[in-house]
Amino acid sequence: MEKIRHISGSIIGLPANDIDTDQIIPARFLKVTDKAGLGKAAFCDWRYLEDGETPNPAFILNQPAYAGASVLVAGNNFGCGSSREHAPWALLGAGFNAVISTDFADIFRNNALKNGLLPIVVDRDTQQQLFSLADEDPGTTVSVDVEAQELTLPDGRRVNFPLDGFSKYCLLHGVDQLGYLLALEDDVLAYEAGNPQRVTTTD
Amino acid sequence: MTDNGRPRTLFEKVWNAHTVREQSDDSPAVLYIDLHLVHEVTSPQAFSMLRERGLMVRRPEQTIGTMDHSTPTTPRNELGIIPIADAMAAKQLDTFSRNCSDFGIPMYALGDEHQGIVHVIGPEKGLTQPGMTIVCGDSHTSTHGAFGALAFGIGTSEVGHVLATQTLLQNKPRTMAVNVEGRLGEGVTAKDIILAIIARIGIGGGTGQVFEYRGEAIRSLGMEGRMTVCNMSIEGGARAGMVAPDDTTFEYMVGRQHAPSGADWDAAMAYWRTLPTDDGAAFDQQITLSADELIPMITYGTNPGMGMPIDGAVPAPADEPDFNKKTALDKALAYMDLSPGQRLLGKAIDVVFIGSCTNSRITDLRQAASFIEGRKVADSVRMMVVPGSQQVKKQAESEGLDDIFRAAGAEWREAGCSMCIAMNGDQLQPGQYAVSTSNRNFEGRQGKGGRTFLASPLTAAASAVSGVVADPRVLLAD
Ligand code: SF4
Repeated sequence: MEKIRHISGSIIGLPANDIDTDQIIPARFLKVTDKAGLGKAAFCDWRYLEDGETPNPAFILNQPAYAGASVLVAGNNFGCGSSREHAPWALLGAGFNAVISTDFADIFRNNALKNGLLPIVVDRDTQQQLFSLADEDPGTTVSVDVEAQELTLPDGRRVNFPLDGFSKYCLLHGVDQLGYLLALEDDVLAYEAGNPQRVTTTD
Repeated sequence: MTDNGRPRTLFEKVWNAHTVREQSDDSPAVLYIDLHLVHEVTSPQAFSMLRERGLMVRRPEQTIGTMDHSTPTTPRNELGIIPIADAMAAKQLDTFSRNCSDFGIPMYALGDEHQGIVHVIGPEKGLTQPGMTIVCGDSHTSTHGAFGALAFGIGTSEVGHVLATQTLLQNKPRTMAVNVEGRLGEGVTAKDIILAIIARIGIGGGTGQVFEYRGEAIRSLGMEGRMTVCNMSIEGGARAGMVAPDDTTFEYMVGRQHAPSGADWDAAMAYWRTLPTDDGAAFDQQITLSADELIPMITYGTNPGMGMPIDGAVPAPADEPDFNKKTALDKALAYMDLSPGQRLLGKAIDVVFIGSCTNSRITDLRQAASFIEGRKVADSVRMMVVPGSQQVKKQAESEGLDDIFRAAGAEWREAGCSMCIAMNGDQLQPGQYAVSTSNRNFEGRQGKGGRTFLASPLTAAASAVSGVVADPRVLLAD
């Protein structure tokens, strides 16, 4: 995985609460066998008109003022619903590298971090301030310092966000978590030696 | 593993029994996984990763595959084959077959007599057992918690981790005791319990937590009812929900294909009996509901937390003090084309779907059939009945339930996820209303533009014969 220390980019707001993974990428796009090319499907049912192709001019992602936005500011409880990792793949494919909300659903948060999409938790006031900024002044940029766990707003205010030590280490050093687990083979063997195999699917 | 005699919860016992490495300030715990369920939709990229890195599946004998999400549920052709019309689905199913066979994972293919929804076949085949850790690239893995297993959904990267190492990195969740006291009345089911819980705590209410469902009403449920409850834990934001194993659990397990037998059964029972939460064990949070007061529940909005008693009125955004919640409610009512204060009872519907890993087991089908028997599905309604597995289908057919559904005018289909997720062509048309026994009413979940009311199989059946949203208790009293 690539190392991620800093990111900065312009913001775009989607103030709806509880944006679920079916909105981030509808299930009909899950018939793929790889990760590439899912960016077009991000927010598909909001983003395109009835025909599924023509951009819906009313949807904010299609407004020229927000072209190139890479930090999504969303309503509370972002990413609830299904476990599909296609959700962060689609957001990354659509050009986002961070999502800011007051809280994230657990599985989405895990999936995002494993793919280098930063889930940034802020308080209500900061969230509302960002919505207003995005609304009034398209192109507003924020920056994120992963090491310091700091989000810097356009007025220079710095807001801390939580990030568990392990995820932070993995982001900063580009650590691949599978590599980490593979290195624990001896511990796994010891565990297996001391515990019964509880089920066999092959008999 | 004792813990100096400190009382522990069911969750803690299972967690501790599977800790390969303790959680520390620098790293999450490493958990050993007893059983890994895989299906066609969330696994292809994980297998690709294994191939890229030259890795094997570490424990194919603790892994099982089934096809369910993108499979058609249309009737078999004259050769007994279920045709796949969608080229992308066909390719995905093909890839899945190849992956399972290349990596030595046993798998139930479309049409196999044991194929079905992953969360239906695990318990049915005795693979799901108390005190296990079970994962699957699917958020409704919480279903298996009904047996006192710690079972939760994971993403595709994690599917790769478990395939390659049989372990998972996990931060320890907090616990919530969900007490459901009292007894359910006539016409009120497990589905109504869980819809009421989610309406109460909201869809983010359980984030970061594992639920343990407790109390008389939970103990009185059979295993299939408990599965319905645990299934929708994720809809309350909790990754897992658990019920302590008891005699109901053990009776269900006896004689199932992969359940232990003989001396192994005794050894397993010795472990299973230790699992229930000790008296005095502490939960991080508690909530209590009274089953006596519950009536059938239904959702009106676009997430499962937007639910109410079936005789209730749709809430008004104007009464919602929280701005974000008000906006969400506004948006939901616009999508559903409902107005504040409107009652759903009597609202015309187009489709009734009985199926999904929430409510497609034999007791669900029996409930719906007993209601439908001798009645007719309203002319304006398309009713689909989709059994959760081929085994459920076979059982239902041996009891003549298929004839009851067909005679009433309902469609009797092959097993799979079907209109729960609408990946396979079974879907709502834009603007249609459905009463569905599935678990998610998100915008477009059952087909682009489709509108879903989530409810129990009884409510769904009552609505099918009435042509409108109907309270099953009224018809039961007839
Ligand atoms: S029935 Fe629905 S919720 Fe259950 S596994 Fe299938 S798609 Fe997911």
